[in-house]
Amino acid sequence: MLIKKPDDIPSLEITPKPAYLSRRKFIAGAAAASAALAGGFYLREHMDTANTVHAQGAKLSGIVKSPLSTSEKPTSFKDITNYNNYYEFSIDKYEPNGLAKNFRARPWTVAIDGMVKKPKKLDIDAIMKLAPLEERIYRHRCVEGWSMVIPWVGFPLSALIKAADPLPSAKFVAFQTVVAPDQMPNQKRNDVLDWPYVEGLRLDEAMHPLAIMAVGLYDEVLPNVDGAPLRLVVPWKYGFKGIKAIVKISFTDSMPPTTWNKMAANEYGFYSNVNPQKDHPRWSQASERRIGEFRKRPTLMFNGYADQVASLYSGMDLQKNY
Amino acid sequence: MKPLPEKFVRALKALVFLCCLGPAFVLMWKGFHDGLGANPIDVITRTTGKWTLTFLLITLSVTPVRKLSGLTWLIRFRRMLGLFAFFYGSLHLMTYVWLDKFFDVHEMLHDIAKRRFITAGMTAWFLMLPLALTSTTGWIRRMGGKRWQKLHRLIYFSAAAGVVHFMWLVKADLRRPFTYGAILAALLAYRVIVWLISRARARRTMAGQQIARA
Repeated sequence: MLIKKPDDIPSLEITPKPAYLSRRKFIAGAAAASAALAGGFYLREHMDTANTVHAQGAKLSGIVKSPLSTSEKPTSFKDITNYNNYYEFSIDKYEPNGLAKNFRARPWTVAIDGMVKKPKKLDIDAIMKLAPLEERIYRHRCVEGWSMVIPWVGFPLSALIKAADPLPSAKFVAFQTVVAPDQMPNQKRNDVLDWPYVEGLRLDEAMHPLAIMAVGLYDEVLPNVDGAPLRLVVPWKYGFKGIKAIVKISFTDSMPPTTWNKMAANEYGFYSNVNPQKDHPRWSQASERRIGEFRKRPTLMFNGYADQVASLYSGMDLQKNY
Repeated sequence: MKPLPEKFVRALKALVFLCCLGPAFVLMWKGFHDGLGANPIDVITRTTGKWTLTFLLITLSVTPVRKLSGLTWLIRFRRMLGLFAFFYGSLHLMTYVWLDKFFDVHEMLHDIAKRRFITAGMTAWFLMLPLALTSTTGWIRRMGGKRWQKLHRLIYFSAAAGVVHFMWLVKADLRRPFTYGAILAALLAYRVIVWLISRARARRTMAGQQIARA
C-alpha cells in the first residue's frame, strides 16, 4: 500500500500551492502572453480576410471616445473572446470561440416590429451608420460572479429606437437572437434553453444613454463569439441581459418574456440589475472575481453605475424586482 | 481463478497510483504554462470536483466489477482509489476555502448555511473524512471487519451528496450531473439486487432448515 496513514495525504498543506504559484506566474505572464496571442490572432484574421470589409478582426474607423467610459484597465482581448457564455454554441465558456468561428454575421438584417409607426427591416450596414460609433469601456458583471472591463464599440440604443419610431403606447422593447441551428449546435437541442433567446428592457431603461448596441470590440468588428454582428450592452445589468446576434426588435406595452426568467423565475428576474445586496438563490452576489485578478473584489450597486441609473428604479423594491 | 503473482500486483499498484496522480499533474502543468484560461480558479475548482466524483464512482465500481469478473485481486486497489477520491475532494475543498474565500470563515459559514449546493458539497466531504481516517489496516482490526464495513457504507451517501452538489450548481443543461447520477444509481442498484438475492437465499435456507428439523 502506498498510502498508509491519513497523514500521508498532505493535500491540505501542499496542493493549492502550485495553483497559487501558477496564478502568480499567470498574472506575470498574462500581459505578454495575451498581447502576443491577441496580436497573432489579429494578424491571422487579417491575412485571411484582408479583402472583406466586415470580416472578423477588421478595424472599424471613425470611432470617437466617450466620457461614459471607465478608466479601469480593459480585460485582454484573448480573455474576452475565450471566456464567454454563449449557450447557442456551448454551455462551456471556453468553447464558443472555436465553435463560432464560421458563424455568418453577414449579410444580416434586423426586423423592427410591434408598436411602431411602420414595421421595417434594417440592414446591419445601415444600422451601423445610424449614429457615430463610440468606444464605450464598460464594466461587465456576469451573474455567475466574474467580471471584466470591455472596450465595446457601439452607439446608443436610443438612436436605434428613434429610427424605429415606436408609438407613444410602447412601454417595453423586446429583442430576439437569430435561430440558426445549422450554425449554432445547441439550438438543435431542446434541453438547454428555450430558443430563440429573448430579452427585454423597459423603454426608459432602453433610452438611457449608457445602454448601447455594440458592433465592435477593441476597435474591431465584433467577434462572432461576442454576439456579432449586433448585440445589446446594458452595463448596470448582469451580462445575460446583453442579448447577442439580434435579428428582431419589437415594441410592446407589456413586459416581454426573457429567456433566463422563463428558465428559472426565482433566480433571474426581468430587471436583473447588478445588486450586491440581492443574492442569487444559490450563490452570493456580494463579490466578484475580475478576470485577471487573484482576489475577489466587492460588487458595486448597479455595477458602479448607480449615480447614472438609480433614478430609473426610485420607489421600487429591488429585493422583489430583482 | 489463480491469484496474480504478488510482484505483478505491486507493480500494477505503483502504476495505478501514478495514473491517479495524473489529473493533479496535468492541472499543475497547465498552471505553470498559462493553460488554465481566463479564470484559473474556476478551472481548478471544476477539475478537482470532477475527479472527486469520478474517483468515488471508480471506487464504488470495484466490488461489482470484481464480483462479476471474478478478478478478486481488484479489491487490493479499492483503498487507494477511495483515498484518491478523498485527495481530490480535499483539493476541491481547499480551492474553495483558500483560493475562493481566502479563509473568510464568516462568509463560508454563511455560504454553507444558505447555499444548498455548498451544504451538499460540504456534507459529501465530511462523510469521506471518517473513511479516510479509518482506512488503515490498523483501524480495520481495531474496529472489527463488520463495524468497519458498516461505517464505510457512508461512501454511498457521500457519492450521492456529491452528485446532488453538482446538480444544484449548474445553471442549465443537467446532462453532465445526470451522467454521474445515472452511473451512481446503477452501482447502488447492483448492491440492492445483491442484497435482495442474498436475503431471499437466507430465507430459503432457513425455511429449509426448519423443514429439516420438523
